[in-house]
Amino acid sequence: MSKAIKYYYDFLSQPSRALWIAMKLGKTPFEDCPVALRKQEQLTDEYRSINRFQKVPAIVDGKFQLGESVSIVRYLADKGVFSEQLYPKTLEERARVDEFLEWQHFNVRLVCSLFFRQVWLLPAKGLAPAPKPESVKKLIKDVESNLGLLERLWLEKDFLVGDKLTVADIFGSSEINQMKLCQYNVNEKQFPKVAKWMERVRDATNPYYDEAHSFVYKTSQQAVKAKN
Amino acid sequence: MSQPLKFYFDFLNQSSRALYILLEASKIPFEAIPISMLKGEHLTGEFRDNVNRFRKLPAITDHGYQLSENVAIFRHLAREKLVPEHWYPRRHLGRSRIDEYLAWQQTNMGVATTEYFQQKWLVPYLQKTRPADNAVNLASKQLEHTLNEFEQLFLNSRKFMMGDNISYADLSAICEIDQPKSIGYNAFQNRNKLARWYETVREELGPHYKEVLGEFEAKLKGSGSGQQQGVAQAVKQ
Repeated sequence: MSKAIKYYYDFLSQPSRALWIAMKLGKTPFEDCPVALRKQEQLTDEYRSINRFQKVPAIVDGKFQLGESVSIVRYLADKGVFSEQLYPKTLEERARVDEFLEWQHFNVRLVCSLFFRQVWLLPAKGLAPAPKPESVKKLIKDVESNLGLLERLWLEKDFLVGDKLTVADIFGSSEINQMKLCQYNVNEKQFPKVAKWMERVRDATNPYYDEAHSFVYKTSQQAVKAKN
Repeated sequence: MSQPLKFYFDFLNQSSRALYILLEASKIPFEAIPISMLKGEHLTGEFRDNVNRFRKLPAITDHGYQLSENVAIFRHLAREKLVPEHWYPRRHLGRSRIDEYLAWQQTNMGVATTEYFQQKWLVPYLQKTRPADNAVNLASKQLEHTLNEFEQLFLNSRKFMMGDNISYADLSAICEIDQPKSIGYNAFQNRNKLARWYETVREELGPHYKEVLGEFEAKLKGSGSGQQQGVAQAVKQ
């Protein structure tokens, strides 16, 4: 019997979470191989031999190693071990999912990651002081202009690519959720479609969604308690 | 007769050049529709409503179906049109390797080449000022680092990135490198592997590449006039 695919990930990484949720939901068989980013395990020589980019997520399937979350989705789909609903086979739907996954790189992912890095990650690691309020305001403005694009351009239906959940939804919502670590929550009045969509994605992917986001939820709650 | 596939592009944009060359080299019938970003043609209501709601280039309509984003368009063409196998090979997991490179390019090479191009050429052109030394130096450092990584991670002793045959990874990468190279950046200093690979790819691509690169460079030289609205956001999608 062929060995299960080894999946290297850390729930602190947005694409790692998204791919983990998608594989669990779609019943892709895989072996859990957690990599602790906070301990910089991705920078070890041992891990470099698994993924030369020294990032998560990554997979090893037999002798074949692959990095980059979107490439992994496509590989698993081509191999026939990825949910067809999550990454549809029909030409138009698949092209739309691809379009979102490319689009989000320079939009939702870019601004959410930047916000997370400046407001939470760098200060938490002691690599930078907490940003000044005016810097945070500017970062939030960029985030919200992208949430506006999501609201206007993508959310005409229940999900990003029509009426059914796809990996586009899982990847997109995972990026936005990262900002909970910075005490940022989507404003329901300002972005009603985005807020409802986030809930729909969570409902459609639970219990895996909450499991993958447990660190994010726990840490953000601790920060709220510390403030009060 | 108008073609079912319409390709909207501006040679000022790396992805536009790569896809145009792919279409030509693959002999896919298409209607070429140039859009001038320097004149803000991608920002019009007509373009938004009829071509691409994101108002970016490149974009296609195929039998009325609208699609944007370089890699999404490439994958659509590979699935739907007669794109020769070597561009996106099924054998030896070639597609996964190409997907991996294209994903890496998007947040590494693409960012670095665009930032350098914007600081060195685009911003000064739009604002009618000299390039800001500080910003250019920063962009140059980022580009140096990225080109070193590209050479280490993706170039080996073989002719092309994926082996003995050219693929879309090579085409996409050479178009990225041409962005700073065409405004005077020396990408090949102390990078023999990169220089060798670049020459091999250039020769393999032949006249289609030469023609498109020539048009891009002519555009850079001839961009003395025209409206300058909204280019920065769209030069790299």
